[in-house]
Amino acid sequence: MSTTAPASDLLVPLPPGTDLAIRARDVHKAYGDTHAVDGATLEVARGETLALLGPNGAGKTTTTEILEGYRLRDSGEVEVLGVDPAHGDARWKSRLGIVLQSASDLRDLTVAEAVRHFAGYYPHAADPTEVIESVGLAAKAGTRAAQLSGGQRRRLDVALGIVGDPELLFLDEPTTGFDPEARREFWDLIRSLRARGTTILLTTHYLEEAEVLADRVAVIAGGRVIATDVPARLGGRDESVTTVSWQEGGATREVRTAEPTRVVAELAARFDGEVPGLAVRRPSLEDIYLTLIGHTLTQEVA
Amino acid sequence: MTTTAARPADAAAPPGTLRLGRARVRIELKQFFRDRQSAVFVFAFPMILMVIFGSVFGNQRLGGTDVTFAQYFVAGMIASGVLYTGFQNLAIAIPMEREDGTLKRLQGSPMPKLSYFIGKIGMVVVAYVAQVTILIAIGKLFYKIVLPTGSQWVTFAWASVLGLLSCTLLGIAFSVVPRKAKGAPAIVSPIVLVLQFTSGVFFRYDQLPHWMQQLAALFPLKWLTQAMRSVFLPPVAARLEVSGSFDLGRCALVLSAWTVAGLVLSLVFFRWNVRGER
Repeated sequence: MSTTAPASDLLVPLPPGTDLAIRARDVHKAYGDTHAVDGATLEVARGETLALLGPNGAGKTTTTEILEGYRLRDSGEVEVLGVDPAHGDARWKSRLGIVLQSASDLRDLTVAEAVRHFAGYYPHAADPTEVIESVGLAAKAGTRAAQLSGGQRRRLDVALGIVGDPELLFLDEPTTGFDPEARREFWDLIRSLRARGTTILLTTHYLEEAEVLADRVAVIAGGRVIATDVPARLGGRDESVTTVSWQEGGATREVRTAEPTRVVAELAARFDGEVPGLAVRRPSLEDIYLTLIGHTLTQEVA
Repeated sequence: MTTTAARPADAAAPPGTLRLGRARVRIELKQFFRDRQSAVFVFAFPMILMVIFGSVFGNQRLGGTDVTFAQYFVAGMIASGVLYTGFQNLAIAIPMEREDGTLKRLQGSPMPKLSYFIGKIGMVVVAYVAQVTILIAIGKLFYKIVLPTGSQWVTFAWASVLGLLSCTLLGIAFSVVPRKAKGAPAIVSPIVLVLQFTSGVFFRYDQLPHWMQQLAALFPLKWLTQAMRSVFLPPVAARLEVSGSFDLGRCALVLSAWTVAGLVLSLVFFRWNVRGER
């Protein structure tokens, strides 16, 4: 097994004593010789939205499904809402909401029939009509699921995930295939859930989505969580070299610096006012993510 | 939306198994009748066959009796209805539910697993009762079949119950056989069809080759059809049976044995997950 040298810097823990919704420590799961999850450790605080990022095959889905109680781990400690998911009963499940990656069930039921039916499973169900409204499907309440567009179908899945008024919501790549507008509406929905105190574990391929929605992000690669932090500081993003660029003598000039403020001040003094085409660019979450992932991949090869 | 902030950390007990079982029956029935595959090939098919066979052969008499072929055929169609709604229906629908996420969604919800099976059995029973009612009405209206009397209804009741139980449980167990949901009809339909041809549904059982009779006698449909013949044919028709009697004791025994086998096979082999997961 390879170890990342500055691992402890990349894995920024939650403050001690944080009330946890999810606590997973050194979780392993192998299928034959494939170590799908290889020592994953993850903590999610109550009320926070955590985005789980990672390339396909990194162990995201397996990890999530262990937390949801769908799969059994080989070893490691897991507690979700204080319960080991391997022994989660109906009472425990009634506190969760799960939105799976792809579902094409319930085709012959209308939106209203499906949401109302699933509401009946939960002791604290929300009002189905309000849930349908909150996901923006009020106009489609009488439409059969088979007739919905891809984005509408995903919103039905979310409605079924939240109708039980869950304390913890799992969202597995919820906006795949959405157009930009639908994605933005969906983000508003997730923000409103977060505002109500719902803990959310969001799996996504969209770095922008993670940045907009998540309190913290966790990057998983090779079956392990290799970095966790708030999006603005992940992987030392806030301390990373910043690029300052401007226009001078008909060309773009660029300086890479750890002290962008000083550079800008110098430029401002030199140009005596506006600096033409001034841009200060910090690495995007995507830059950091790709560096982290690339790092692990290179090590695995070596 | 109703909220939340003051909700106790440990949630109240979810609704009961039976109540959710009833809710499952309703939702299963909606889906059953709205899906063309099940509405046509499971529910309406025996009626279609009844009309075709009744119109072509309905007035022929059975060897030396005044019993019409329509009278013989309605027994076979009702028995087939049990096989369609119980076995074929579930053996095709459940693999689909495993693939399209139905079972995964239910597994992640607080619904007790028993409620799912209550829903399936309830759906089968309701669909069967509706099917039989329409079949008998068609027979009575168009092919002048004679309705059962007295103790024949008792036989009809227990034969229906044992037939539905065994076929439903076998359908649940068989749902693990098809590798892909898309291929399920191609595996299940031939089995159903062969059983129908060899069990005395379309042809007179006593006129089939001996080996075919013996093959069919291993499976429940032959015995269910035989019990249904005792319900719809007059006692005199017993001499058209191989043994000269309807042999109801043995019918009950074989159907009970298949019910137990279906239960054991379901308990051992039923899977919620797609093959290879977990």
